Amino acid sequence: MRRQTLFAIALMQCSCLLGLAQTAGTPSPNKATSKPSAEQTKPAAIHATTEEQGERKFRENCSRCHNAPEDLPPRITGTVLLHMRVRASLSEADQKAILRYLAP
Amino acid sequence: MARETGITTARSFSPRAAVLIAFLCLARFCAGQDTPMISGGVGFFSGTNKGPTSFTPTAMPVVAIPITQHFLFETRDYLIEAVTPRKNNQSDQTLLLKGVSFLQLDYLANRHATFVAGKFLTPFNTYNERLTPIWIGNFQDNPLIFPIGNMGGGTTGGQLRGSLYSSNRVNIDYASFFSANVGGKQFKSSRSTGDRIEAYFPKQRLEVGFSIDKMFEGNHPYATGAHFWWQPSGGPMTIRSEYAHGTHAQGYWMEFGYRLSQFKGPDSFIGRFEPLFRMQQVFRNSPDSTDALPGVDTQRADFGLDYFLPHNARINTSYSRQFSSTGNGNIWKTGLVYRFMFPAWPGKQ
Repeated sequence: MRRQTLFAIALMQCSCLLGLAQTAGTPSPNKATSKPSAEQTKPAAIHATTEEQGERKFRENCSRCHNAPEDLPPRITGTVLLHMRVRASLSEADQKAILRYLAP
Repeated sequence: MARETGITTARSFSPRAAVLIAFLCLARFCAGQDTPMISGGVGFFSGTNKGPTSFTPTAMPVVAIPITQHFLFETRDYLIEAVTPRKNNQSDQTLLLKGVSFLQLDYLANRHATFVAGKFLTPFNTYNERLTPIWIGNFQDNPLIFPIGNMGGGTTGGQLRGSLYSSNRVNIDYASFFSANVGGKQFKSSRSTGDRIEAYFPKQRLEVGFSIDKMFEGNHPYATGAHFWWQPSGGPMTIRSEYAHGTHAQGYWMEFGYRLSQFKGPDSFIGRFEPLFRMQQVFRNSPDSTDALPGVDTQRADFGLDYFLPHNARINTSYSRQFSSTGNGNIWKTGLVYRFMFPAWPGKQ
């Protein structure tokens, strides 16, 4: 009976150790966020820059006249931007930057 | 009975509706983010102008249909019912106004040029193109100088516009149009031409522009204008102003708005308020009973308070005091506006 109990405890310890080893081998999402590899950093940085640029362009161009609509269906973002490109004389680059910001 | 209904439908089926349906069919080929949209605003306004009160339920729908990445068909209509209650048990006086603000086909040729054909908003200064939608304008009333240069708001003809130069320091835009002598109720237009050029400095959030119009009919009236917009430090304060000079009058308006979003954010109770002030003056050089401007020198101070409700709704309120040699008066305005925007047909997100 005692031998069986010791065997069960040893089995649990082994499984715990295996589990810990597996966790240590796989980078956690938090770690990946805090220490990304060089390859991971590049697209993320580009994405952040693009989003910042799009937001800035939105504030510069659209907020001059109106607030952002609270709900903009993704299916019409291209149409809205085309409409505003004519109405507000947006440049093509600004149109694309705002479109990327509104519908990444 | 069924036949009668069919005949009635066929008779009331306007060519404009046929054009709209044709463009919708063409737009079926567009995919992804370019689904045709139905947008616009509906509002209920009330106003007390030196005594009598009137109510004006208003709808202003916009339809935009892209056809490939180079063509865009767009139209904006208005439906306004002016209701003026009368005393002594008399029935209310009602007046229904409906019409087309613009109906145009745009060809986006390249990054510098867009060709526009049809009825379009006259590109003179900024108010007509930017602030006439009921879901954008802060005050219900157009500025007193609005009739100068705007030719009733819409013009039928052709237009070339676009971005002349764009960088992080400055954006330069232009618009140049001509209009033909067109009859009819909705597309009425006179022979005229005009240009506008404007420069926007993104870092300073400052915009300046100049406009000129010339009509080739009647007494060949002309109009020149200038506008100045500024958002200091990109903050919640907005300054908008216009000056216009016509054949028989000149004037300006200046509007100041301050969204209280600095206090606990734009979605807080306080942050949803926007106090407004607009100052405007018109100076009459010579009499003209047809130009829709005040007959004598007029000054007006408008004090407004807007409240931005959730879900794209807004409450507009304002009090104005008008001064002129024909009599001073108080003008009170209140309104509730809802802005909508959705795809023309359902589909996958």
